Amino acid sequence: MNAIIEVENISKKFRLRTLQSSGGTLRDALASVLRNPFAREAKQKSSENLWALRDVSFQIEPGATLGIVGRNGAGKSTLLKVLSRITRPTGGSAVLRGRVGSLLEIGTGFHPELTGRENIYLNGAVLGMRRREIDRKFDEIVAFSNLEKFLEMPVKHYSSGMYMRLAFAVAAHLEPEILIVDEVLAVGDTEFQRKCLGKMNEVAMGGRTVLFVSHNAAALQRLCSTGIYLERGRLKSFGEMKTVLAQYQADVDAENGLIDAERVNADAVSEGEMRFINWRLIDASTDQPHSIYSREEGVFEFTLVSKRSLENVHFKMMIRDSEDRDLIITHNLSGGVGETILKPGVYKIRWRCQIPLRAGSYKIFSEIYSTRNHRILDLWDASPRLAVLPVSEYDLPEDFQSIVNVPVSFDLQKERM
Amino acid sequence: MITSREEKIVPSGLPTEARENETVGETVVISSSNSWAALDLKSLWAYRELFYFLALRDIKVRYKQTFLGVTWVLLQPFATTLVFTVLFSRFGQTETLGVPYALFAFSGFVVWSFVNSAVTYSSNSLVNHTSLITKVYFPRLAVPTAAVAANLLDLLIGLLSLTAAMIFFAPVITWKIIFAPFFLVLILILTLGVGVLLSSLNVKYRDIKQLLPFALQLWLFVTPVFYSLRLLPENLRWFWKLNPMSGALEGFRSALFGQEFDLSAIAFSVVVTIAVCLFALFVFRRMEDDFADVI
Repeated sequence: MNAIIEVENISKKFRLRTLQSSGGTLRDALASVLRNPFAREAKQKSSENLWALRDVSFQIEPGATLGIVGRNGAGKSTLLKVLSRITRPTGGSAVLRGRVGSLLEIGTGFHPELTGRENIYLNGAVLGMRRREIDRKFDEIVAFSNLEKFLEMPVKHYSSGMYMRLAFAVAAHLEPEILIVDEVLAVGDTEFQRKCLGKMNEVAMGGRTVLFVSHNAAALQRLCSTGIYLERGRLKSFGEMKTVLAQYQADVDAENGLIDAERVNADAVSEGEMRFINWRLIDASTDQPHSIYSREEGVFEFTLVSKRSLENVHFKMMIRDSEDRDLIITHNLSGGVGETILKPGVYKIRWRCQIPLRAGSYKIFSEIYSTRNHRILDLWDASPRLAVLPVSEYDLPEDFQSIVNVPVSFDLQKERM
Repeated sequence: MITSREEKIVPSGLPTEARENETVGETVVISSSNSWAALDLKSLWAYRELFYFLALRDIKVRYKQTFLGVTWVLLQPFATTLVFTVLFSRFGQTETLGVPYALFAFSGFVVWSFVNSAVTYSSNSLVNHTSLITKVYFPRLAVPTAAVAANLLDLLIGLLSLTAAMIFFAPVITWKIIFAPFFLVLILILTLGVGVLLSSLNVKYRDIKQLLPFALQLWLFVTPVFYSLRLLPENLRWFWKLNPMSGALEGFRSALFGQEFDLSAIAFSVVVTIAVCLFALFVFRRMEDDFADVI
């Protein structure tokens, strides 16, 4: 099958000078012409350039949903703008086979003085809809927005919630073959976001091609089949969404985690001390050493460097949420092992356990203590954090997910009339 | 909560023919090239409804929450005419070849007030539509041209009242009046050219916005709106004729009042108008790609 989107070596350069002062003045332009009338556009030093995108290439099959991740300033929005034809690339080319609809903002073109009805038509036209198409969908749009009573009122008298609802109702009825959506879900309340996600899901299921930028990992995981990870304008990885997402999350976690020089190698541990220096997951089915699928069982392996001998040693591992609640505590006694004696050397501690938690990022702590003097020898707030990935068939909005994710079977039977 | 409302969202696939008819653009090729071909009149045509809605919006918004509403369209040329009629009857005469001065001046002001407001609106149009430009794709040319189009209603109302004035003053009317629309179109095209040019320059050089009222005032003075070129000494007239608006406006009046056409001035005006439009399109095309980045 022919790719519906082909992107080849797309690059976009911004001149920093342009970014700093929006709009040079006529005086500057005249002055530079007077100073050197024969020079064409003054040569720009490369240090003044910012490559928002650099040689990005990929292809997408029709019906795919592409999630784009990356830190702020990685070029995600620029990529969407280039593909939406809002801004022209400095180099490279792209072919999009189909009607393109972009939703980089909700309610673009809305005018406060106009009524809801007038704005539906205006916004629809801005998004590329034909008048006949809007006529046909008008009732549906109004029903979706639930604003029948306010249709003849100027939207400046709307509450911000009503405004968003109307704007999204129009956008939701856009039917392009290729839909480009930027972080639209970042605004509005939960109810609104859920509605957006539901709609997006429907669009994706309907066989249309969707490009979607979001920081909402759960949404990306649920909606997208393919992923792109941009870093400083370059394509860092492209492939299956969950793989790309795991890589991105690992990078973010690594960056956010404490940089702890003494945790890096065994030599840094001083005499008479005990330290955890490393952790990873083994036996889990993800490609990343610090992530696991929800409800899956994995082996948590910690590396411990011991520079002394000690008796009556115990181990604990704690998994905490962002509010520092202990969700899981493992202890060597619960693992059926009693007190241990440690000698100087490097040890591997392995916990095999199931992670029945909903998707998210969790803190993971490893502790070693001795009952000999009741002292904690080391308590490590491990980095990177533990990433629990959502299971794809498990497809509920976040509010429907409890902290604990237990296996469920469900049965409905009719017993009598 | 998943409400029942959500279940109603079912705009699934349309019949293919229906969708093809409604499609705006099919295969899109994006590249870094920047050529004349990319002026792309086809996509401008495809977006004609956006053009229509933008113009309609401007018209609707302009007189909302004003006490006098559309009456403003008439009030300005009317009041200006009145002032100038009083002034000229007191302090001098302009050679109008038998046409009552009030009618003469009013015919000029009706046209000029269109030029004035159309150029002002379209020059600022791109800058005033920043969110559209940075968030949606459409042929950018639709914005300044729609801004000019939005002023056509004003022109129409002005022309209707001019017709009323013509009936009232009953000047001599000849077959030449059939040429009046030609001059109006010429003025419209010139206005479009100037508006498009200034709108694109204004994106990068906001000086335009500051300069504009002053420039328009100067333009008014060198255009025979409230006086006739015949008022000027013979050896200075060539300078006035450099202004393409002079030939067009004088031509419009000659057609209305059945006077002699100044053919050389009209020809010059046509040539300059075409040149201005081509230059405007060229500049617009050159700057268009950077609008979203610079605005």
